Amino acid sequence: MENLIALLVAAPLLGAAVLLCGGRRLDAVGHWIGVLMSTASFVFAVILFADLLGKDAEHRTLMQHLWTWIPVESFQADVTFRLDQLSITFVLLITGVGSLIHLYSVGYMEHDERRRRFFGYLNLFLAAMLLLVIADNYLLLYVGWEGVGLASYLLIGFWQHKPSAATAAKKAFLVNRVGDMGLSIAIMLMFTTFGTFAFGPVFSHAGDASEGKLTAIALMLLLAACGKSAQVPLQSWLGDAMEGPTPVSALIHAATMVTAGVYLIVRSASIFNGAPDAQTAVTVVGAVTLLFGAIVGCAKDDIKKALAGSTMSQIGYMVLAAGLGPIGYVFAIMHLVTHGFFKAGLFLGAGSVMHGMNDEVDMRKYGGLRKYMPITFITFGLGYLAIIGFPFLSGFYSKDKIIEAAFAKGGTEGWILGTCALVGAAITAFYMTRVMLMTFFGEERWKNQPTRSPEAPSAEPAAEHRGEHAEPHPHESPKVMTIPMIVLAFGSVFAGGFFGIGDRFLHWLEPVTGHSEGDSPLSAGAVTGATMVCLVIGVGIAYAMYGRRPVPSVAPRGSLLTRAARRDLLQDDFNHVVLVRGGEHLTRSLVYVDHTLVDGVVNGTAASVGGLSGRMRRLQNGFARSYAVSMFGGAAILVAATLLMRAV
Amino acid sequence: MNPVNYLYLSALLFTIGATGVLIRRNAIVVFMCIELMLNACNLAFVTFSRMHGNLDGQVIAFFTMVVAAAEVVVGLAIIVSLFRSRHSASVDDASLMKL
Amino acid sequence: MSFPLLTATAVLPAIGAIATAAVPAARRTAAKWLALTVSLATLALAITVLVRFDPDGGRYQLTESHAWIKDFGVRYELGVDGIAVALIALTALLIPFIILAGWHDADPLETGSRRWRPTQGFFALILGVEAMVIISFEATDVFLFYIFFEAMLIPMYFLIGGFGDRAHEHGEEAASTQRSYAAVKFLLYNLVGGLIMLAAVIGLYVVAGNFSLQEIAQARANGSLHMATSTERWLFLGFFFAFAVKAPLWPLHTWLPNAMQESTAPVAVLITAVVDKVGTFAMLRFCLQLFPEASKWATPVILVLALISIVYGALLAVGQRDIKRLVAYASISHFGFIIMGIFAMTSQGQSGATLYMVNHGISTAAWMLLAGFLISRRGSRLIADYGGVQKVAPVLAGTFLIGTLATLSLPGLAPFVSEFLVLVGTFTRYPAIGIIGTFGIVLAALYALVLYQRTMTGPVKPEVSAMPDLRARELVVVAPLIVLLVFLGVYPKPVTDIVNPAVKSTLSDVHKKDPKPEVEAVAK
Repeated sequence: MENLIALLVAAPLLGAAVLLCGGRRLDAVGHWIGVLMSTASFVFAVILFADLLGKDAEHRTLMQHLWTWIPVESFQADVTFRLDQLSITFVLLITGVGSLIHLYSVGYMEHDERRRRFFGYLNLFLAAMLLLVIADNYLLLYVGWEGVGLASYLLIGFWQHKPSAATAAKKAFLVNRVGDMGLSIAIMLMFTTFGTFAFGPVFSHAGDASEGKLTAIALMLLLAACGKSAQVPLQSWLGDAMEGPTPVSALIHAATMVTAGVYLIVRSASIFNGAPDAQTAVTVVGAVTLLFGAIVGCAKDDIKKALAGSTMSQIGYMVLAAGLGPIGYVFAIMHLVTHGFFKAGLFLGAGSVMHGMNDEVDMRKYGGLRKYMPITFITFGLGYLAIIGFPFLSGFYSKDKIIEAAFAKGGTEGWILGTCALVGAAITAFYMTRVMLMTFFGEERWKNQPTRSPEAPSAEPAAEHRGEHAEPHPHESPKVMTIPMIVLAFGSVFAGGFFGIGDRFLHWLEPVTGHSEGDSPLSAGAVTGATMVCLVIGVGIAYAMYGRRPVPSVAPRGSLLTRAARRDLLQDDFNHVVLVRGGEHLTRSLVYVDHTLVDGVVNGTAASVGGLSGRMRRLQNGFARSYAVSMFGGAAILVAATLLMRAV
Repeated sequence: MNPVNYLYLSALLFTIGATGVLIRRNAIVVFMCIELMLNACNLAFVTFSRMHGNLDGQVIAFFTMVVAAAEVVVGLAIIVSLFRSRHSASVDDASLMKL
Repeated sequence: MSFPLLTATAVLPAIGAIATAAVPAARRTAAKWLALTVSLATLALAITVLVRFDPDGGRYQLTESHAWIKDFGVRYELGVDGIAVALIALTALLIPFIILAGWHDADPLETGSRRWRPTQGFFALILGVEAMVIISFEATDVFLFYIFFEAMLIPMYFLIGGFGDRAHEHGEEAASTQRSYAAVKFLLYNLVGGLIMLAAVIGLYVVAGNFSLQEIAQARANGSLHMATSTERWLFLGFFFAFAVKAPLWPLHTWLPNAMQESTAPVAVLITAVVDKVGTFAMLRFCLQLFPEASKWATPVILVLALISIVYGALLAVGQRDIKRLVAYASISHFGFIIMGIFAMTSQGQSGATLYMVNHGISTAAWMLLAGFLISRRGSRLIADYGGVQKVAPVLAGTFLIGTLATLSLPGLAPFVSEFLVLVGTFTRYPAIGIIGTFGIVLAALYALVLYQRTMTGPVKPEVSAMPDLRARELVVVAPLIVLLVFLGVYPKPVTDIVNPAVKSTLSDVHKKDPKPEVEAVAK
């Protein structure tokens, strides 16, 4: 059974290779090859899952050693896979949601002439992401980690002819690289601390290492997680990443890749458990990001960017939970899975709306779409209810647990974190209600106007095929797109309950992550009640602002906070001024220094030798008498020297 | 008579010759000044021969005369051909030998 | 007496060079095929060396030794260890690709140009460089090494100065001036380095009485040859300076951008992927073995210089407007990594550095040759003249992207393995330097992706809209390199197996052991 593990990765990798090297002759069937490979991977995952279910909780770990990768003395990196409860949870999520999104893309990308390549990239992403979650050592994980970064780069910049897409892709890769630096330093630290970076020995000996070392490793891992999961301060790439096709946003930038940071932290639980300071840092990052993302999400008029803010915020919840230690690990993963369902569903819904609206992304030009796209409306609506934590839907179970765990951290810290989480819940309710109302309710603002003002950025260039300036005719998407949305909606509704009732998910993951109940100052009921109050407040304010009043189709100027939030709370401006401008000046001045100073010394030496010989040349003036003078002079000096030597 | 006086005379003749080479422009005069310097040397050689009582100096004096004769032949030929091509015997007019 | 395999490997390309040069001018194509055949035969010999070499055997294998200049104890002594074998294989591997990529680079210009371009000469010079580089890797006699270390400057000078890009923005006249400037600069820099090394070589002879690397190293190890500390340091500096110019190490690097910018892409690859490797190789073989104490004494300064090279090269690469200059500065950054790995004095660092030499050779060859194909299509080296190539020539863009990713050390491709080993090896002994070194990977992503973005993506520029995609010959050049990049990234064990024992004995020469981890987590 172990031998199946490699096939999880091999299938999509093969798909990617075939699709990318196959050339034009595969254009006609390429997308189905992609779907097939991703589904095959899902089937393998289900078989492996069934196998794990049949074993005792203690023995649910499968290992597969393939080959020795890098052997240099004590530095031994192997290609070894580990499949345990935590990995298989991810594998199922990745391959399941991934397959659905592959299917959806068949319809969504129908008119794109480079569809084959798109599926090749998607398959490449699946392979890298699966490698990331089943690797048995940090270096192999790093391969997957950068692999998903590459796939993300390729897919964000899929429409390369748009400079904005190419820039966004580069930005995503670079910001991720900063995080990757953290991961590679963490691996080096592990090597100097433990002499290895394989999961087994590192985790079992984590207790023997000094707390300082563990804290350093943990902080570097946190840096890595911040990059990949778009957490403050490395969050700036996620909004721009929405330049990619919408299925990409759903799969990579909502459901799977961006949650890799949470996986990393939970996987490294043994290290974080020994480094309380680092854990505090994790919770701070999580709490700040969940508010940051939520605030940004409130101000965006671009439906995808609003959802991107929301993703950031929800991952903030997960990171917060992961930072709480054994109290929160399981709930972080649980929220991750339910979030995978409802956020993917929401993005696919957004894609469906755009598909029907000539690829318009500005919510101020939507309105009243529920009549035209009933299936999209219902599935999106269910996702909406799930994310705001409506009772008995998925988000209700997972988010509520995180808020409880935050309070259970105890002390002032617990109160602060819990309050942040509660406020975040209220803001979530607000911005999601806003998205819902602006898109599906209210007056039909798309009528009697061209969809796109010339300067408004739009994500989907396929619009060129469909007539850019015609009035949109909203219509429901084809079945190949709606079926994945319906399946994901099911997940959004039932997954939370399935996991949460009877603590099924807790028992499943506990052997890997460990679990402890904190002592909460509030009862579970009180927390749930408070959450509900927050929810009602958030929804109520949103309804008052966007449901009862008409939405202007041109964005009002807004308050200072709104304007700042529209610009991602000025983070990009900061980056631009400090990093981009500063960097440009630095490189420019270095180029100058290299040319004038370093090269100048050399050229200067050459020039002075040349100049000296030019001077010397003057002596050869061709006048016989001046030669005679130098002859007499020389003779006189010789004579004088001889006499002088004799005298001494 | 003290032979050292011949040495003084030799030094005087040499100085006159050297000065002539340096300050005169006419090639013929420069040429004759060079001859003067050579002969000053010959005088010194012969004097030393006399003072030390062997014949080495006199032998060298003969050598010098032979060289001087050869030099006159070559040198005068050059001066004549220079004069023919430039209609001037000034050494400063012939300054082409340079880098 | 067994067949002198090492001599044959070096002599074959030398004979090939003479034969190629002797082909009559009219039969240009025949000369090309001859050169290609010879280079492939050399590759076959190099592979034989690789197969015959036993990683677990003695330190120097396939040795040959003959008296040469008896009065000065100069011997014709050859022998290879694992490091040399890997680099000989790399050299022999790259030359056929260089020849194939430069197939038309030395064709006579169209009628109307007065400049004479000797096609035969171009290929003969390349083979000549190959012969000298290979024998430099093989020589275990310091004097023998020195001769070929210097002699390879001559063919390189003509390759740089005589053959440039076919088009130039300021016309043929300006191009010619700039080319001679670059060639002279290359020559002068390396001659100065070589001159200082010559003084050190003579000094070594005065101290040791012979030139044999093995004898001197052995005598130093068992204490029978004592060197005063200051003598050892001066001699070390003399050797190191020459190698640092060749490598090149900051601040001795400025010849490389000029040389690479002005020469054709295959020659640029020859410079950076093959010839420069002799410098880093010689640091490992000569500096560390002959002068172990002085090497340790100089380590801090060298590490700092290497670190500066890494960051400085990368930052300058970001600021370049010329594609080839950008690649050159990227190479300077990479050479910083190699030197850092060598002087970290850990097995990971040095194995990584050796692996880095091999991987950098392959990845730069792929990247630079593709850049050359791109430049030959548009006739401009300026980045700003390109844009949207991806839409017009997807295969060119796709392969170029893989070259770009290899340059930024993406895991899964070969350069990642070596770069990570170097960083880990440095980090275990010098954490701060290792951490600053990792900034290099962020900057690498910046310059590599900026180049890709500006040339390949965005709206299609009118000038590139008719650009043809890769031709069959070009694909033959690039595809094997890319396959190798992937293969060595996934399975570098064949190379590390050969290199590890050699690194182990080098480390024992300098009396250094790997630092121990804080917690013994691995069961022994």
